[in-house]
Amino acid sequence: MDILAYSAVELSAAIKAGKVTAVEAMEAVFARIDEKESTVNAYVTIDREQAFKTATITQEKIEKGELTGMLAGVPVAIKDNLCTEGIRTTCSSKILENFVPTFSAEAVLNLEKAGAVMIGKTNMDEFAMGSTTETSAYGVTRNPWNTDHVPGGSSGGSAAAVAAGECFFALGSDTGGSIRQPASFCGVVGLKPTYGTVSRYGLVAYGSSLDQIGPLTKNVADCAAVLEAIASHDTKDSTSVERKDTDFTTALIDDVKGMKIGIPRDYFGEGLDSEVKDAVFAAAKTLAAKGAVVEEFDLSLVEYAIPTYYTIAAAEASSNLERFDGIKYGYRAASYKGLHDMYKKTRSEGFGAEVKRRIMLGSFVLSSGYYDAYYLKALKVKAMIKKAFDEAFAKYDLILGPVAPTTAPKIGESLSDPLKMYLGDIYTISVNLAGLPGISLPCGIDTKGLPIGLQLIADSFQEKRLIQAAYTYEQTYSKEMR
Amino acid sequence: MANIITDETIEYVGILAKLALSEDEKKQAKKDMGRMLDYIDKLAALDTTEIEPMSHVFSVQNVFREDVVTNGDESEKTLKNAPGEKDNMFMVPKTFD
Repeated sequence: MDILAYSAVELSAAIKAGKVTAVEAMEAVFARIDEKESTVNAYVTIDREQAFKTATITQEKIEKGELTGMLAGVPVAIKDNLCTEGIRTTCSSKILENFVPTFSAEAVLNLEKAGAVMIGKTNMDEFAMGSTTETSAYGVTRNPWNTDHVPGGSSGGSAAAVAAGECFFALGSDTGGSIRQPASFCGVVGLKPTYGTVSRYGLVAYGSSLDQIGPLTKNVADCAAVLEAIASHDTKDSTSVERKDTDFTTALIDDVKGMKIGIPRDYFGEGLDSEVKDAVFAAAKTLAAKGAVVEEFDLSLVEYAIPTYYTIAAAEASSNLERFDGIKYGYRAASYKGLHDMYKKTRSEGFGAEVKRRIMLGSFVLSSGYYDAYYLKALKVKAMIKKAFDEAFAKYDLILGPVAPTTAPKIGESLSDPLKMYLGDIYTISVNLAGLPGISLPCGIDTKGLPIGLQLIADSFQEKRLIQAAYTYEQTYSKEMR
Repeated sequence: MANIITDETIEYVGILAKLALSEDEKKQAKKDMGRMLDYIDKLAALDTTEIEPMSHVFSVQNVFREDVVTNGDESEKTLKNAPGEKDNMFMVPKTFD
């Protein structure tokens, strides 16, 4: 069997059964990287030598029975905003061009413990600000389905790497849809967990109250296995939640009988591409045919999610990115007059246009005189949006809708109009504002040959429901696709 | 409400954000921020008088621990990332005369 055709969990089982080795799996990945990477550009940094060294050690541990987990021996790609000890972590920004972390993110350590083997660091929108992976200082990533199109963002490198077979699974981060939307555009599975489920320790912060790390995988079973490995309570992250129910793979059950699924009418209005709409409704029908009770309802406040999100995210970004000052790490301007000039020149030369745009907006909404009218107002609307979801989940087990209004746009079409690009986040961002878990999985291909994604949203801590419904849908969908 | 964004506002925000923008960047920032704030002004339509602002979705509590050092001395590794270093310290530009 072609090694790259295995899912992550299948690969690990095959390694444990002696059918293939962790080193052979790594060789297969690098053969694919050598073939595809010059056009796809999914990675910012690849450490081939270290990858093979670790794969060799991992193989020995598996043979000795020291590593028995579901991901043992599986090559993984890590988004470049997750710190990796000894391996450069750039956030796809010039300002962190030479930054080599002295520690690894908790989620990365959890994967190491599970025996997954890191290939390298994936490309992203600079500091995770963007929806196309075009704002990277290290070149655009191209969508493996059609290289004239973007892979989505900000975790575009991770999604493209999974779709192109340049890894078996990847980690991304999701502040406003940055896992789910690229997963949708690249035809893979992506999950944003409930806020607090995965430690943010070692994740370079963008919007701290919204950021979550999560998996990008080939299928739902891999997604559950990866989430199970990375979810942990961590005292180094003060918002980390202690959960006992992280055995997510137990939810891989092909059954949605009696599950109540709500479809928000307000998600299907103006701006939604008709092919996306049809595919999402067809997916709802599939779940209904399997016994789910599906009905439409009014979620309300949907149009307020984008202005709320961009106010809060920009405010937190302006604060979080103050640390990049040319003193402790990263880029420092070559010539300057005194300390303040050094700060300003370093930041102006080190940050790209979209990052500066959000820092400026964030500084403004937090500034004296405008704080109440903008920032505080947004926090109040956030409370209202959370309440609207609470009311929805009093009636429904899951909410079903699209991930994005369209399939992947062409490269170069999005950046000229930032506001228009932000509007594309309409179906994903409210999930971050409310701290909810959401999953994106393939539900069709449009006439341009690009993947369409289905989004399922659950109440806080109900990832198992998400996984069960997604798994059930996938069983039927993957049969239809064959 | 976008008319609140004047050239002076952009100068002021540049100081807050510690960014030195070129004239072209300032012009673009004025346009972009004005447009974005016009859009954000949508929120003013909602009555939020009785609503408590929500910073975190779950109630966040202080996490306490004993004040004991748990990590070792990593100053050497840490300083390797610094743009300027001298005698095991960060080197910074002169801050006052």
